[in-house]
Amino acid sequence: MNLFNIIEEIEKVDPEFNDRISPRRDVIKNMSSFGSKVALAAIPFALGDLFKKAYGQAASSSVISVLNFALTLELLEATFYNTGMGTSGLVTDSAYIAQIQADENDHVKFLTSAITAAGGTPVTAASFTYLDFTGGGNGTAATNNGPFKTVFSNYQTFLAVAETFEDTGVRAYKGQAGNLLGNQTYLTAALAIHAVEARHASAIRYLRMSKYGATVLPWITSTASGSVDVSGAASNDTGVAAVNANYGGATPENTTVQGGVDITKLPSLEGSTTTVATATAAFDEPLTMAEVLAILVPAFAQPK
Amino acid sequence: MKTDTELNNGNVNMARRSFLRYAGAGVAGIGLLGAASSCHKDHNVTPSGTIDVGSGDPGILNYAYALEQLEAAFYTQVIATPYSGMASVELSFLTDIRDHEVAHREFFKAALSTGAIQALTPDFSKIDFSNRTAVLGAAKTFEDLGVTAYDGVGYLIQNPAYLAIAGSIVSVEARHAALIGNLITFGNFASSDQVDATTGLNATNNPSTVLAAANTYLKTKVSARSFS
Repeated sequence: MNLFNIIEEIEKVDPEFNDRISPRRDVIKNMSSFGSKVALAAIPFALGDLFKKAYGQAASSSVISVLNFALTLELLEATFYNTGMGTSGLVTDSAYIAQIQADENDHVKFLTSAITAAGGTPVTAASFTYLDFTGGGNGTAATNNGPFKTVFSNYQTFLAVAETFEDTGVRAYKGQAGNLLGNQTYLTAALAIHAVEARHASAIRYLRMSKYGATVLPWITSTASGSVDVSGAASNDTGVAAVNANYGGATPENTTVQGGVDITKLPSLEGSTTTVATATAAFDEPLTMAEVLAILVPAFAQPK
Repeated sequence: MKTDTELNNGNVNMARRSFLRYAGAGVAGIGLLGAASSCHKDHNVTPSGTIDVGSGDPGILNYAYALEQLEAAFYTQVIATPYSGMASVELSFLTDIRDHEVAHREFFKAALSTGAIQALTPDFSKIDFSNRTAVLGAAKTFEDLGVTAYDGVGYLIQNPAYLAIAGSIVSVEARHAALIGNLITFGNFASSDQVDATTGLNATNNPSTVLAAANTYLKTKVSARSFS
C-alpha cells in the first residue's frame, strides 16, 4: 500500500488534509466536514487511526478528562511493568510479560498523542509526587513498605499485583464508557484499549494458574452476598483480601442482575437456572473514577 | 458412546444428532424450533430468508444476540462432542465459556423479549469437532470476532444502560479470546492479528464485516442493514 498515493487522492477532495494530520490543534476539524468520499473501513487499521486522530470529534474538556484518567492508569501500568522487567532476575516469563509491557507503553503513547491532538494537556510521569507499587504510599512519599512490599523482589507477588492491576484497569475503562457515549472516535478507542486490558487480565490469570498453581480462572468468579458487596469480600476471587476493594464498589463483581434481568434465574445447560459462579463470571462490572482513585491514591500514587 | 469412526465423521447430520442428545432445555430452541417459531418477526425476514437485526438500540442488542446464539451453539457442540485428547483443564475452561455464552444469549433473549430475532440455525459443517486444532481455531475466530463486533458498534448505542451492558460482556469475550489464544500457543493472548502492534488497541469491525464471517457458520443468515 502506497501511503503517498492515498494522501494524494485525499488531497484531491480535501486540500487541507496535510494540515489535518499534523498535530497543529487549530486545524483539527469535525469528522462530519470530511464527508464520505473515502471509506474508512477500507483503510488498514494503522492508517485508520491516523484518520481518527485527524478527524476526531472536537473533544470537550470532559472527554479530555476521561482520556487523562485513562492515561494516568496506563502510566501506572507501564511504569509497573517497566520496573518489573527492569529488575534483574525478577520476571521469568520475559517474552510473555514483555508483550503486556509493550501494550501498556503503546497505550501511553496513543493516549498522549490523542489528548494532545484534541487540544488537551496529557499527564506525564512528572504529574505524580510519588508512585509506590507496594501500596504503601502515605500521601507525602512512597514508603515501599505496603502490603505488597515484595512486589519487585518476589515474582509471584509481582504477578498477583499485575493481575489485580489489569482487572482494575478493565473496570476503570468500563466505568468511563458512559462518559464517551456516542463518541465514535474516543469511545471506540477506549473500548479497544479496554478489550486489550481484559486480554492482559486473562493472560496473567492463566499464567498464574497454569504455571504456578494459583487458584484463579481467566475470568472473575465471585460468590453471592446478601447485600451489595461494596467491600468486595465476596466478589474478590484472587485470594488476596488486601485487594477486596478492587472487586467491590457500588457495582461489585458479584452482581448478578443485568439490566433488570436476574441472570441466575435464566435457564442454562444445567437446568432452569444459572449458577452464581457463571452469572458473575459472564459479566465484568465497572468502577467509577472516584472508586478507582480511592483505591490508588495515596497508596499507589499521589498526583502533584 | 461415540466410536472413533463416528467422531471422525464430523458431518452435519452426526453433529446435529449428538447436539440434540446433549442439548438442555435452554438450548433446544436453536435449530429445532427455529423453523416452527411464531411469525411475529416477519417484518425482519427478507424474501431470501435472511433475518435483519433491525435498527437503533434494539437492532444492536439483536446483533449481539445473534452472535451470542452462534457462540453458545458452538460451545454446546464442543462440550457435547469433545475433541480427541481434550485435557480435563481444557474441558473445564470450555465448559465455563459455554456457560458464559449461554448466559449472554439467555440474557439478550430475556431483555429483548418480543423484540428478539428468532432462534438461528447454525452451520458447523466446516468444523471437525474431533480435532483440537480445528475446534480451538474456530473458538478463537468466534471470540476475536465477538470482541471486534461489540467494540465496533459501541459508539452507535444511544442508551447508556445498553452501553454498560455491552461493556460488561465484551471484556469477558476478550478474556475468552485471550485464553483460547493461550491454549493454541502459549503467549498468543494478544496476537498481532487482533491487537495493533503500534497502538496496542484491539481491532474493531463493523456489522457487515462481522456478519459476513458469522454467516459462514449460520444456516439462517443475518443482516444489519441499518448499520454500516
